[in-house]
Amino acid sequence: MTEKLKFRDPKIAKKIIARTKSLASGYHKFCHVCGTHEWTITHYGLRTLLPENIDVIAGPGCPVCILPAAEIDEAIWLALNGVTIVTFGDVIRVPGSESSLQEAKASGGDIRIVYSERDAVKIARREPSKDFVFLAIGFETTVPTTAVEILNKPPKNLTFLVSHRLIPPAMELLLGIGDLNIDGFIAPGHVSTIIGMQPYEIFPKAYYMPTVIAGFEPLDVLFAIYMLLKQIKNGEAKVENEYTRSVTRLGNIRAQKIVEKVFKVVDGHWRGLGRLPLSALAFREAFEKYDARRKYNVKIKSSRDLLPGCQCHLIMIGKIVPTECPLYMKICTPQAPKGACMVSNEGTCRIWAKHNFVVKIT
Amino acid sequence: MCLAIPAEVLEIKGNTAKVDCGKGVLIDVNIMLVDTQVGEYVLVHAGYALHVIDRKAAEETLQMWEEILNNE
Ligand code: SF4
Repeated sequence: MTEKLKFRDPKIAKKIIARTKSLASGYHKFCHVCGTHEWTITHYGLRTLLPENIDVIAGPGCPVCILPAAEIDEAIWLALNGVTIVTFGDVIRVPGSESSLQEAKASGGDIRIVYSERDAVKIARREPSKDFVFLAIGFETTVPTTAVEILNKPPKNLTFLVSHRLIPPAMELLLGIGDLNIDGFIAPGHVSTIIGMQPYEIFPKAYYMPTVIAGFEPLDVLFAIYMLLKQIKNGEAKVENEYTRSVTRLGNIRAQKIVEKVFKVVDGHWRGLGRLPLSALAFREAFEKYDARRKYNVKIKSSRDLLPGCQCHLIMIGKIVPTECPLYMKICTPQAPKGACMVSNEGTCRIWAKHNFVVKIT
Repeated sequence: MCLAIPAEVLEIKGNTAKVDCGKGVLIDVNIMLVDTQVGEYVLVHAGYALHVIDRKAAEETLQMWEEILNNE
C-alpha cells in the first residue's frame, strides 16, 4: 500500500512537529500503552524530534511482559506433568518464579512454538494421542482469535490456559498512580480495532483525560500527540480517533460478540502491578471444558514476579526508562534477559536495547 | 503481539482467505472475524483478519492532515 510510505513522509512529519512546538505551552506528559507504539517511537527517534517540554512514556502495553510469573509457572507445571504446551515464541523465554518454559523444555518438557492459534489446533489434530495446552496470551487484539478457535470446537486433546488481559483497566491503574501525572493517553490502534472508542470514554469523563487512538506509523503517533495538545489548548478532554483507516466508533462488533459468547470478564493479576479489577478473561460455563486449569487441576505454589534488582514493574508504568535500571545492558541484555521487559520484542527494555540506547533521552 | 499488517484479499474459500501481504507474500488467513470480499484490504494479526481497512479513510486522513497543517 502506497499510503504506508506517506505515513512516514518526513516533510509532513516536520510540519506536525513544528505545530506541536507552537502548541505546547508548558510541560506535557503523554502515555501510550502499546509495545508497537514504543517500537515506532524509539525506532524513528520521535522523542528526540519532539519539543523538550513533551514527554512520551510507555505504559503496560506489552502482553508478554505483564504475564504474571504464576501463569508461566502453571504452564511449566503442565509441561513437566506430561502435557505439551503450545504458545507464541516470545513467551517461552519469559521468567516464571524459578525458571522459564525454555528451561522446562531443556528438562524434557514438550513445548512447541506457533505463529497462530490455528497452528495449535492443527498440531493437536495431527497428534491425537497427546494432550495439548495452548497458553493464550495477548490483549483485546488477540482475544478474538482464541474465542474463534474455541467456538470452532477444537479437538478434545486441546485445552487453553487463558492469560488474556484487557487494556482499559491498566490505563485506569496509571491514572490512580498519584505522582505519574499523565496529561493524555495515546490509545492503542489495534486493540481499538476490536473494542472501538467507547471503552475509553471513562478517561475524559471521570478523569478529564484527553485520549487519542493512534495508528503505528510515525506520522500517526506524531499526529496523535498534536491532537492531544490541541485538546489541552482548547481546554477539552475527549476520545478522538486518529486511526480512522482501521478503527471505527463501535469497533469490530462481530469479534466482540464472539468474545462475549466464550468469555466473561474477571479480575486479573499483572506482573509486578498486582491485581486489577475486571482486567482478565475466564471461560463462561458452556466452554469450561476447554479450560486447562480446570481439566488438570493446575496447582502452583506462591510465585515471584520480579527477579531481585529488576525494575520491570516501574518500566511498565512508565515511571522510569530502561537506562535508569542498574541492570540494563550490564547484567540484563537481550541475549541474557533478567526481566520480561527484556524478553519480549514489545518490551520497552528490549526495544531500547535493540536500538542501542545507552542514555536517557526523554 | 498486537502487530497487524494490511493485506489484500485475493481469494475466499469458506472461512479462509488467501491474502497478499505485499511483495507477493501470500498467506492463508481466517476471516471469521470480518465480513470481507476479494479486492479489499484487511488487517491481519497472527493468521486472522481483524478488520477491513477503510482505504478511503487512509486517503482522507492524509488529506485532512495536509489541510490542517497548511491552514493553521
Ligand atoms: S533492564 Fe532488565 S532487569 Fe532492568 S527493568 Fe528491564 S528487564 Fe528488568
